[in-house]
Amino acid sequence: MASVRTSGEFVARCVGWVDRLNSRLGIAVSWLTLAMVVVGAYNAVVRYLGRFTGWHLSSNAYLELQWYMFSLVFLLGASYALQTNAHVRVDVVYSRLPERWRRRIDLWGALLFLIPFAVFGLVMSWPAVRNSWAVLEVSSDPGGLPRYPIKSVLLVAFTLLALQGLAEAARNWQRLRALKAGAEEEDMQQEGLM
Amino acid sequence: MSVDFLGPLMFVVVFLFIFAGYPVAFSLGGTALIFAFIGIELGLFSWNLLYAFPERVFGVMSNGVLLAVPFFIFMGTMLEKSRLAEDLLRTIGMLFGRLRGGLALAVVIVGAMLAAATGVVGASVVAMGLISLPVMLRYDYSPMLATGVISAAGTLGQIIPPSVVLVVLADQLGISVGDLFIGALIPGLMLAGFYAVYVVGVAIAKPAAAPALPAEERTVHGVALVRQVALVMAPPLVLILVVLGSIFAGIATPTEAGALGAVGAIVLALSRGRLTMKAVRETMDATAKLTTMVIFLLIGSTAFALVFRGVYGDIWIEDLLTGLPGGKIGLLIVANLAIFILGFFIDFFEIAFIVIPLIAPAARILDVDMVWFGVMIGMNLQTSFLTPPFGFAIFYLRGVAPRRITTVQMYRGVVPFIIIQLIGLALICLYPELVTALL
Repeated sequence: MASVRTSGEFVARCVGWVDRLNSRLGIAVSWLTLAMVVVGAYNAVVRYLGRFTGWHLSSNAYLELQWYMFSLVFLLGASYALQTNAHVRVDVVYSRLPERWRRRIDLWGALLFLIPFAVFGLVMSWPAVRNSWAVLEVSSDPGGLPRYPIKSVLLVAFTLLALQGLAEAARNWQRLRALKAGAEEEDMQQEGLM
Repeated sequence: MSVDFLGPLMFVVVFLFIFAGYPVAFSLGGTALIFAFIGIELGLFSWNLLYAFPERVFGVMSNGVLLAVPFFIFMGTMLEKSRLAEDLLRTIGMLFGRLRGGLALAVVIVGAMLAAATGVVGASVVAMGLISLPVMLRYDYSPMLATGVISAAGTLGQIIPPSVVLVVLADQLGISVGDLFIGALIPGLMLAGFYAVYVVGVAIAKPAAAPALPAEERTVHGVALVRQVALVMAPPLVLILVVLGSIFAGIATPTEAGALGAVGAIVLALSRGRLTMKAVRETMDATAKLTTMVIFLLIGSTAFALVFRGVYGDIWIEDLLTGLPGGKIGLLIVANLAIFILGFFIDFFEIAFIVIPLIAPAARILDVDMVWFGVMIGMNLQTSFLTPPFGFAIFYLRGVAPRRITTVQMYRGVVPFIIIQLIGLALICLYPELVTALL
């Protein structure tokens, strides 16, 4: 195994690992949008057919499957969206700032907003998920799906979001250091010229 | 100690953070946490209040209306990524090409037809800017008319059903999506009609500003052209009409119609041999990201709303809005002004999730018709997105427009369309039946 020489390298390796994990997951759940469309269309058609034929081809399980997949898409896709900068920003000011400032905003935003918010979501969801497991909660509709697995996804989602937040913070911090080092080098070169 | 200032302060702080440029969803969530600490320290509420948060998130997950959002995004994105939208613009341009102003008319029609794809103003303005602006400029359209019509048509889709923003707006106003679709139909088509009338007017009054395509460019004629129109234009039009018709007739819920519409878009792409793996992947990726963006915005604003309520911000804003001089009229004026100004800086979804929940209760107390209110908000925002110097539509088009077109030309180009928008707004205020007649 390649040895990790500096803490910087170690951080970079962790960031890479989190990035790969979340982007693979994000791409995987994007397939669920297609699956949702198929299940949604099936539900619509059989409900319509059922009205004339009296067949009951649909079930609460299929209806619930739709929003289970919907939930998986945005819960597990949130970190991927963060990584690819797909969460909407108001960039009237932001886009005009020098890179140094944009990196600072992203660094402090991750540390002060994103990571605490993700931890908050995790901590607050915990009792609800635990209760759901305790009674092995199932949909109140006949033939519905068990609820505890989808509720547990909340914990996974907020954990991944916090991890991606840390990765983004580390990335911005390293970039800021590189920018600073670059600026110092430039200063030194200018002094050398004088 | 009075804590009345906490609500307003929370509002000011979150807007400061949002304007710094950090993603809105997390700025909302982070601000909520900061004020939750303050509120708990001051003894206004306890952590127990915040245990409602996971329940709210769970409510979002199982919300059958929001489920329509990814379906409509999928349908619109599929039409775009399989380049069926581009074909549409070219064919309609060819059809009207012999007329002066024909290309500009094509832009208006395609803008209206691509409603489903327009969640974010940027996407449709950029798409139409890339496809049609170079063509219009090549044939000596006036840059002002060309950029004005593209900006305006790019925002038009928001108010024409089945647009994604109308789905979200209906959810936030607590009204049925079908009702808002029906209510927005006449005003939306009316605006499209006004745009078209304006384009024709320019073509007559100033022929040089909107020339016809030269004969050598109109390569398809007669029967071949009719066939191409039938082949390219009819299928997406039928798809949209079927989707809307099934909602209006009560045959399908908006969610069901959205799922069927998405399948329809896939079938159309397949039938034209455009259902490539690349198009499918890009559609899924864009749908997943856009859905996540919208829903996380809602989750962030849910946390914000919870704490805002905890510091009695909701009572503050309700008192403020219901106590305005002039009652209902006062509220409508203030709400419209606030939304118009906020529309300079933040997009439709943020306004729907942050501002609408604050205004809606007051509007309901003052007995405002919520469907009419929703349509008015949509039209107002669309005007805001066009208005210099901040209008979103102009920003996005600026990004894809050639350098030789000045920003001032673009500003001047949108002015007539802003006037049309204001006329439209005035009409639905004077004649609310335009919204409610079909309900």
